[in-house]
Amino acid sequence: MTTEKVFAKDKRQRSSPSRLAFVRFAKSAWRAWFFLALIVVWWFVSLNSTSTFFPPLSKIMSTFYDLWIVGNAPSTVLSSLIHFAIGYTISGVGGIVIGVLLWRLPRTSTAVSPLLYFIYVLPAVAILPAVAAIMGYGSEMKVTIIVLAAIWPTLLNTLDGMRSIDPVRMDTAKVLHMSGFRTVRSVVFPNALPQIMAGLRNSLQVAIIMMVVSELIASTSGIGFFILDAQQRFAITEMWTGVIVLGLIGSVLTLIFVAIERVVLRWYIQSRAVEKNS
Amino acid sequence: MVQAQRVGDRPVATEANNREDTGEQGAVLSVRDLRQVYNVGKASEFEAIHDISFSVQKGEFVCIVGPSGAGKTTLLRCLSGLLRPTAGEVLFEGRRLDKVPDRLSVVFQDYSRSLFPWLTVAGNIAVPLKVAGLKDAERKARINEVLRAVGLGDVGRQYPWQLSGGMQQRVAIARSLAHQPDLLLMDEPFASVDAQTRFDLEDLILRVRVEYDVTVVLVTHDIDEALYLSDRIVVLSSSPSRLRTVLDIPLERPRNQLTTRSSEQFGKLRTELLKLVTE
Repeated sequence: MTTEKVFAKDKRQRSSPSRLAFVRFAKSAWRAWFFLALIVVWWFVSLNSTSTFFPPLSKIMSTFYDLWIVGNAPSTVLSSLIHFAIGYTISGVGGIVIGVLLWRLPRTSTAVSPLLYFIYVLPAVAILPAVAAIMGYGSEMKVTIIVLAAIWPTLLNTLDGMRSIDPVRMDTAKVLHMSGFRTVRSVVFPNALPQIMAGLRNSLQVAIIMMVVSELIASTSGIGFFILDAQQRFAITEMWTGVIVLGLIGSVLTLIFVAIERVVLRWYIQSRAVEKNS
Repeated sequence: MVQAQRVGDRPVATEANNREDTGEQGAVLSVRDLRQVYNVGKASEFEAIHDISFSVQKGEFVCIVGPSGAGKTTLLRCLSGLLRPTAGEVLFEGRRLDKVPDRLSVVFQDYSRSLFPWLTVAGNIAVPLKVAGLKDAERKARINEVLRAVGLGDVGRQYPWQLSGGMQQRVAIARSLAHQPDLLLMDEPFASVDAQTRFDLEDLILRVRVEYDVTVVLVTHDIDEALYLSDRIVVLSSSPSRLRTVLDIPLERPRNQLTTRSSEQFGKLRTELLKLVTE
């Protein structure tokens, strides 16, 4: 088993970089083909479309170019992205900090958990009117609604990840004479990190959704407003370009997240791969 | 000696318990009437250890054997200060345990759980050295030294999970030696590796305990292993664990996997020990 592992690793290292690059390219090509094929089909099927709701893709693309490449539509997205950035940062940091605190203070945790779960199961959309009534329709309301919805995956995953620490690992920390703080920082936290990252990724999706939702009522800017406004003006082609932009934003943010996750959890991803091979 | 004076602080206890143990003053570890009961007062009350007393002298290699389920791991947790006994006491260098003492180290059975997978080999060994406040350069030197001592060369930059099981347990042993303990407790340390690696690791631990002048207490269910390693063997009965006997192992050192294990004396001791364990 051991020798095989070493051998497999050697083989990987020995294969030439150009071959490696080809394998990587082939993998990405395989990953993309279905998506690309659908776009091509869409392009040709919609070519002579006269439907109001499904304009030709070629028309969508030319409108896209006019509005988003040479036009000034991108500026409307900026406010959305600022709300998202602030809301997601608060959700991520707050979720981790509160999760760690609740783990450290189990009695407090028991006392507040019914309240937490009550807010957690409430759809954030349902309290949107209440938040708007209290805070008005400005940025504060939008950030608040993003945080109220996006904090939960991170918070609950952090708490759960910290709780699921292996008792042998805690014994090891004691045997190595680690202080309480050092144990949390250097053992419990890294141990929970895979789960915390999974929580952060869920929070990312929720934050994007709430970014759009928060702009659907009484808003005058943002990507959500852009889509809704275009629909209400019967500018269906414009509306579709907004949807495409939103898809692109979501994809880019997810790609950035995955890239960061690969660095932060390198040990985890690689050790899992070793386990699978052995 | 400082340790002896510490014992002197508790004259009554020392007098009262100074029974079969000779030379308790120099003991690294003394266990007195240790009892461990789980779920006290509940229907599921369960006595794991019943009034065990023995002591370990400086430089000794003592193995603890017993039938499976005999509470060997519980006993080791009490000896290390990880678990507070229900009654009785454990003295380490004359001082009563309330936490894991600085000069004591533990090697657990399952290296995949005790080594931190997010740290490299060097990072793992550095943990106790950072806790002890060693400077960077000193730390590096110590890490290289212990890695060499356990027969691992240039693996400091690799992660534990990139190594074989035997190598990982060597890393765990290196980490436990890094802050130069007086006593090393080992809980079935070679149970998760294959037979050949097991022999290698047994010889390794016999070598490093001389090199590091460390007293070793090792829990095992393998009586051949206990015979091969020990100066004395503490034999436990089945649950609740009582002290059956303490067996002297007068096999000469240095020991050799082939000649020691095939000697007539080894065979006799083996029969005696097997009787004690299975009876």
